[in-house]
Formats: sequence, structure tokens, C-alpha cells
Amino acid sequence: MARVVLEVRDVTKRFGGLVAVREMVFDVHHNEVLGIIGPNGSGKSTMINMISGTFAPSSGSIRLNGQEIAGKPAHRIARQGVARTFQLVRLLPELSVVENVMAGAAFGHRKRWGSEAESFARTLLDRVGLGRQINMPVSSLTYINTKRVELARALACEPEVLLLDEWLAGLNPTELETGIDLIKSLRDEGRTIILVEHVMDAIRSLCDRCVVMSSGAKIAEGTPLDVLADAEVIRAYLGADEDA
Amino acid sequence: MSMRDIRNLFLAALALGLVALLPLYDTGYILSIATTMAMFTVLATSWALFSGPTHYISLATAAFFGLGTFVTGLGFQTLPMWLLPIIAAGLGAVLAALVGLVTLRLSGVYFVIFTLGLAELVRQVVTWVQNRTGQRGMYVLTTITERDIYWQLIGLAALVFLVGWLIARSRLGFALRIIGNDETVAKHSGIDTAAAKILLFMISGAVAAVVGAIVAPRYIYIEPSTAFAPILSFQVVIMALLGGTGRLWGPLAGVIPFTLLWEFISRNAPNQTLLLLGVAFLLIVYVLPGGFVGLYERLRHRFGSGGQ
Repeated sequence: MARVVLEVRDVTKRFGGLVAVREMVFDVHHNEVLGIIGPNGSGKSTMINMISGTFAPSSGSIRLNGQEIAGKPAHRIARQGVARTFQLVRLLPELSVVENVMAGAAFGHRKRWGSEAESFARTLLDRVGLGRQINMPVSSLTYINTKRVELARALACEPEVLLLDEWLAGLNPTELETGIDLIKSLRDEGRTIILVEHVMDAIRSLCDRCVVMSSGAKIAEGTPLDVLADAEVIRAYLGADEDA
Repeated sequence: MSMRDIRNLFLAALALGLVALLPLYDTGYILSIATTMAMFTVLATSWALFSGPTHYISLATAAFFGLGTFVTGLGFQTLPMWLLPIIAAGLGAVLAALVGLVTLRLSGVYFVIFTLGLAELVRQVVTWVQNRTGQRGMYVLTTITERDIYWQLIGLAALVFLVGWLIARSRLGFALRIIGNDETVAKHSGIDTAAAKILLFMISGAVAAVVGAIVAPRYIYIEPSTAFAPILSFQVVIMALLGGTGRLWGPLAGVIPFTLLWEFISRNAPNQTLLLLGVAFLLIVYVLPGGFVGLYERLRHRFGSGGQ
């Protein structure tokens, strides 16, 4: 088994009386795509937000390459090597496409500046498949291209772990195929990725392993094939079937 | 540095040199207006250094400015004159850092209100201290002429433009533009947003305090209600927005016409100055979003690249 990059131990998050995430435990290995799946409101995004430092866990530990990152401010965690995309795409509207990607390169895990950052940004934009639209204003990009730019920005800081929060959501069937191929090719480059996803096709074809959450807790872990056949997972997604 | 940068630097230096010759031509009315313009140029440009990229509208200029005037008012008899702007800069930066630390989590309208309140708070505190000690205002009677003040302001303007130019080319400047667009993205890209904002706010506050320290002798008599007058903060904001904050020279493009208009109105209809302020603000918001800079860019876009 490859080395462990991210180690999540007994992580709990309470919002007042609500327990959004309960004692989550999982590992992410180097060059692995780990899927975090589960019904709406099961705590997936909360989990991602704690890893990326949007907010601190109420208790528990999150280690990146052996170093504790739980509770650190987001910019520190980003510099240590966690990059993310957002569920609702966030681009910088007043900046050019290239500058949007340079934003990830200039302050992140491996810092680049000036012409070096710019050529790196262009390489990444090419890499994610944004060819001739590179000089368009951000506001006139198509939906999938905004997602590409955001992905390139996350890649620009050369993260140890890449968090994709429903990166494939909202794409049409053709785009979805392109998107899945793109993420697959990122894994083949040796990247480590955590994927929060609803699209089952994507989960099946992309994830090496899956962690299934329901009501804030982990209910299953294993290969996509195994967890999607798990009785408790089916119950969590579809509800209990009285006749079964 | 590209050839274009060198050319721009040369042109800017030339323009400043020419402007600095003005007192040789006139030391009366024109110099007086030019001094006011120089003062607002420095204030509006340094204001835009922080508020331009971050879109945080600060109404605290009067607090820093008033602080500076009081440094000179209290120190001009005992301390060397060259030391006063330095003390003012230090105090302005400290005050800005304190405000920055408190307002870190505030954004949008909350930040605006807080900064407006700050100027008022400082004014009330100073008034209270003066009442307790039996003081009222104070006279700043010096041998400093309007010409000296003008030259000091021009020198300060040169410094502010240089600093602004350097920041815009730096990672700090880039970080602020990202913060202004989306603070969440900035944080998750590895930017210490709090540190970046506080640093720029400190520069901006220090400059405003130095301006206060320099122009204090012009007022001759200083009291809290004039030194901390909130209208100054609004004037600075309106001039900067009228010019546009997208470019370093933007605020200057707002200061010149606005100062002339203000002068015209206060001579002919001294009671209508506030009305002017309000109308100007409405016009900027509705007719000139992005200020003269925005207009310039739109025209350039239409006539420059449109034919290609």
C-alpha cells in the first residue's frame, strides 16, 4: 500500500446542537482517488470544509503527511498542500483567465511568480483542456470551462491533496464524459484526489475507494463496487424498504 | 522593467517636476487651490491603494488625518518639524493596525460603518480629554509657508505613487486584487488575507496621518470638530471614485475636477456644498461606475481594439 498522505481521525463537527460530522476516520493514500459519497445533508461538504480549513473540527485530528492541520487557518493549510474547488464555482471575475490560475500558483504550496507563474498557468490551462478560450473574459466562459479554470487554479499550487467538491455536478452527458476522462488523467499523473460526488458513473469509474457517509457518520468504506452493493448504503440512499 | 515602465516613470517624474515649479509662478490663490489638490491627491491615492483592489470602503480618513494634525499641534513647539510627520506616520499605522485587527471579520457595509464611527470616536475622545484638561483648540503658529506645505505634499505624492506602483507589481498587490474578487478563494489559495488587508490599511492610514501633520500649520487653529470633520472622509471617497480606482492615476483624475467644482460652489453657494457632495455621489454611481478610469477604458476598448 502506498504511503498515507492524509489521515482523518475521530473528526467531529458540531454546529450548536447539530452534529454534522461524527467521529469520522479514514486515510487517503498517495496517488489514490478517494470518493466521499452519501445522500444530501450527510456531512460530505462539512468534512471537505474541515480538511481545507474553512472551519475547524470540534474535535479529532487531521494530519497531512504526518503534520496536524486540523483547526489551522485555510491559508496555512493551502500552503501546506491542500487545494480545492468549490461546489458552486468560484472564479475571480475581474481577473483574466490566466490570472485566475496564477492566483493558485503565487501563494500556494509551491510558489511561482512573474513569467514563471504565467507560463505555468498557461501549461495547466492547456492541460485541463481550455485551449483557445484562454483569452476570453471570465464572464463569457461556458460552465464546463469555468470548472476547468477552477481546476487549473487548484492544480497551480501543486497540492499534496486535491479536493474536488462536486466538480462534475451540473455537466451534460458529453461534458461529463470529458470531465471524467480529465480527472482520470490527473490520477494517472500521480496526483492524490478526494472527490465529493453524486454522479454514480463518475464514482464507479474514478474512485479507488469510497467512504460513504450518512447523517454525519461513516457507514461503509471500500471499493465502489462493494460499497454500492452494501445493504446499509442502499438503505441510506433509497430509504428502508418495508417489504424487503 | 520594460521600456514602457521606464518611459512611464520618466513621464511621471517630469510631470511631478513641472508641478513642483508652480510656487515660482504664483504664491497666492492658485497655489492655495493647488495645495488643496495636492492634499486630496495624496489622500485619495493612498485611500485607493487599500480600498481600490479590496473594495473595502473606508471612511476613516478623517481619523488618521485628524491624528496627524494633532501630532503637529501638540509637538511643533518642542519637537523638530521633520520628526512630526514620522511620528504621525507611526501613530497612523498603529491606529490602522488596531482598527484592522478589530474589523477583520467585518465586510461590506459593516466595515464602512465601523470606519465612519472610528473617526467620530477619536474626535469625541480628543474632545473629552480637552474638556477634562480645560483646553479648547490650539494655535499652530509657525513660519511654515503655503509653499513649504505644497512642496512637502508633492514630495509625499511622489512617494505614494512610487509605493502604489511597486505594490501593484508585487505579490501583495496581486493578493489584494484576489481578495477584492473573492476572499474565500484568496484564503484557499494560500493568501493570509488578514495580514494583507491590515498591511495595506496601515500604509493608507499612515499616509493620511502624515498629510494631517504636514497641513496642520495651514489651519492655524486646530480643534477636534475641524480636524476630525467626517466630511473629509466622504470627499476623499468621492474624489477617488470619481476618478476611478482601477489605475494608480485614477484618483488624481477625480481630485482635479472635484476640487475646482468644490471651490466654485463654496465661493458662490457656500451653503450648498453638501448638496453637491450628494449629487456628485449619485452621478458617480449611476453615470460613471468605475469613474473616469472606467470611462477611459470603455472608450479605449471601443475605439482602440474595436477596429481590429
